[in-house]
Amino acid sequence: MIESYIPIFLVFGFAILFSLAVVFSSSLFGPQRPNAEKMTTYESGVKPIGLANERVSVKYYLVAMLFIIFDLEVIFVYPWAVKFKSLYAQQGIQVFWAMIVFLTVFEVGFLYAFKKGGFKWD
Amino acid sequence: MEMKDLFYAMPLLIVGGGILLILLIDMFFKGGKKIIPALTFFILLGTAYYSLFTINQLPIGLMPVSEFGLFYGMLSFGGKAHLFYFLFNFGSAIAVLIANDYLKKIETEYSEYYILLLSSVLGMMLIAGSRNLVMIFIGLEQMSISFYALAGYRRKNILSNEAALKYFLLGSFATGFLIYGMAFIFGTAQSMMLIDIFSQTSVLVKNPLFMIGILLFLIGFTFKIAAVPFHMWAPDVYEGSPTSVTALMATVGKAAAFSAILLIFVSVAKMGPNSVFSSMFSVVAVLSMLYGSIAAIAQKDIKRMLAYSSIAHAGYMTIGLAAVNPSGIAGIIFYLVAYTFMNLGAFGIIALLESKEGKFLSIEDYKGLGTRQPFLAASLAIIMFALSGIPPFAGFFGKYYIFLAAIQSGDTWLALVGVLSSVISVYFYLRVVVYMYFSKSDDESAILEISQTGLLAVIASLVLVIAFGLAPGSLIRLISGLI
Amino acid sequence: MNLLPFYLIVSAFMFFTGVIGVMTRRNAIIVFMSIELMLNSANLTFVAFSSFLGNVSGQVFVFFVMAVAAAEAAVGLAIIISIYRNKMTANIDEINILKW
Repeated sequence: MIESYIPIFLVFGFAILFSLAVVFSSSLFGPQRPNAEKMTTYESGVKPIGLANERVSVKYYLVAMLFIIFDLEVIFVYPWAVKFKSLYAQQGIQVFWAMIVFLTVFEVGFLYAFKKGGFKWD
Repeated sequence: MEMKDLFYAMPLLIVGGGILLILLIDMFFKGGKKIIPALTFFILLGTAYYSLFTINQLPIGLMPVSEFGLFYGMLSFGGKAHLFYFLFNFGSAIAVLIANDYLKKIETEYSEYYILLLSSVLGMMLIAGSRNLVMIFIGLEQMSISFYALAGYRRKNILSNEAALKYFLLGSFATGFLIYGMAFIFGTAQSMMLIDIFSQTSVLVKNPLFMIGILLFLIGFTFKIAAVPFHMWAPDVYEGSPTSVTALMATVGKAAAFSAILLIFVSVAKMGPNSVFSSMFSVVAVLSMLYGSIAAIAQKDIKRMLAYSSIAHAGYMTIGLAAVNPSGIAGIIFYLVAYTFMNLGAFGIIALLESKEGKFLSIEDYKGLGTRQPFLAASLAIIMFALSGIPPFAGFFGKYYIFLAAIQSGDTWLALVGVLSSVISVYFYLRVVVYMYFSKSDDESAILEISQTGLLAVIASLVLVIAFGLAPGSLIRLISGLI
Repeated sequence: MNLLPFYLIVSAFMFFTGVIGVMTRRNAIIVFMSIELMLNSANLTFVAFSSFLGNVSGQVFVFFVMAVAAAEAAVGLAIIISIYRNKMTANIDEINILKW
């Protein structure tokens, strides 16, 4: 099994060696006459305006955080939905109520975020 | 699952329901904000009461593990778990009393404080009652995440921010170790249930992967109990967080982390090669005790000093783990109870005196307190005596039981190092007392009015510290009966 | 052929990359990313064991780790933002009023 990967490893090794060789040979053999214009980040591109670390409105972070939380809670619902039928046959209605309890807790959190203005853009 | 099962889970349901209730009150009733502290206090007190009086009424620790039983057998009820429930809830109720007026003083009164506090208590209860690795992880994270937020509660205060950041980064770092350890434990034991893991410990301890898992797990928890070599966050976090929050996480937070170690370690230690863990814990204990006691001497900030002293206390309790016998475990639980109320009292007094600008945080400020605030000074003196382990207070018997356990298991040298470290610690505890009674204050101005609820918290902890000191037998008998 | 050791080696490698990242990097966000890497290496270990043992509870644990990591990220980012507002930096070497 692992033996059949040997050609791939060989290719990987060759690729790494070759790329290293190319990178270093160019700096080894190429002529180097730097000047101020050449050293700028975008030598022949558009002149950069402003700073790269421009400040992003904190609203994006808030939305991103809320998204992460509410997005990830759903991963508990999917497996439950998939297995619901067989679980119901096995254990009865408590399978349903367990998810209702989870969702209630979850919705209270959602409501809290809503009431505190977590979803207001302005 | 039957309806009567729900009575077993009552403590968890009250606290969990309380969180939702307070969230809803906070959202929908403008005038409701006033009752939230009181509501939180009574929820915690009620749960503490219920847990205490059902310790022996429920089948101890272990309802039959039925696959479809209550919480699918993932939580245990009664016995030791309920003792810890009582400790967490009662300690947090005192912390609420401390917080109520303290938050007014520092002008950051939001109901989120109480929600986060309750949520951390629920997390602790899940840890203490868990019978499954998943539960330990979830409980620990619920507690820790609430604490991260609470540590940064004064969001305009740079010290509080910094404490939160450090606590958060190092706390989640520790969580990483913990989960990685759990992965190995799961992989080798082939189960998440603690019972299954315990039943095969004698075989598993020969498996190096399992031992790596346990080691990583313990590294994670050594972080949480702030024992050397993973203690570096504690002084900064304790100093920077609001005092009422420090009071909470230094006491019940540490007790919760210890409850998890007891859960896992007790059985592994019973069957495994005692020497490996025992010597490891001995090293941790000795380093923590000596480092905590010696570093505390140099401190100028009282919260920082108490943080180093709490590192030393973690060391004393670790002796009980190194001893690997039932009396060591009983000693740890007794020590946790004593330690919780001693430190709640100490931080309660600091919170009472502290001003918004941070006066009374430096030990120098306590000069001449004996004449300015006789009652608070006397209480602080008693608590300092108790912390340093002078009889007849609770701290003495905590140390006594733990050292006794060490001697019983043949680790007399550990007990000797413990006594040596206690002697060193007397110096810095009594320095506060000397400042209060034998130094004159430069500043004779009156202290702002003392909060009534905070005073109640101090009195409650003081009474317990003295009561457990005068009659330790009843508590230790209760604990020994549960192990 | 048993592939489990390979998964374990990869996850151990990830884990130590994370540990080294936490210890050497100085930007709070990057430290946090390294911690996430540690968590994910643990997840990989769990899934590998779970698949190897045919025991699904390891994969369930991974769900919980992911959900908790999201909650942790939310609180952590909030803390980093609040410190940035007060101090205008996310470099943990400059956050040193309390002795580190």
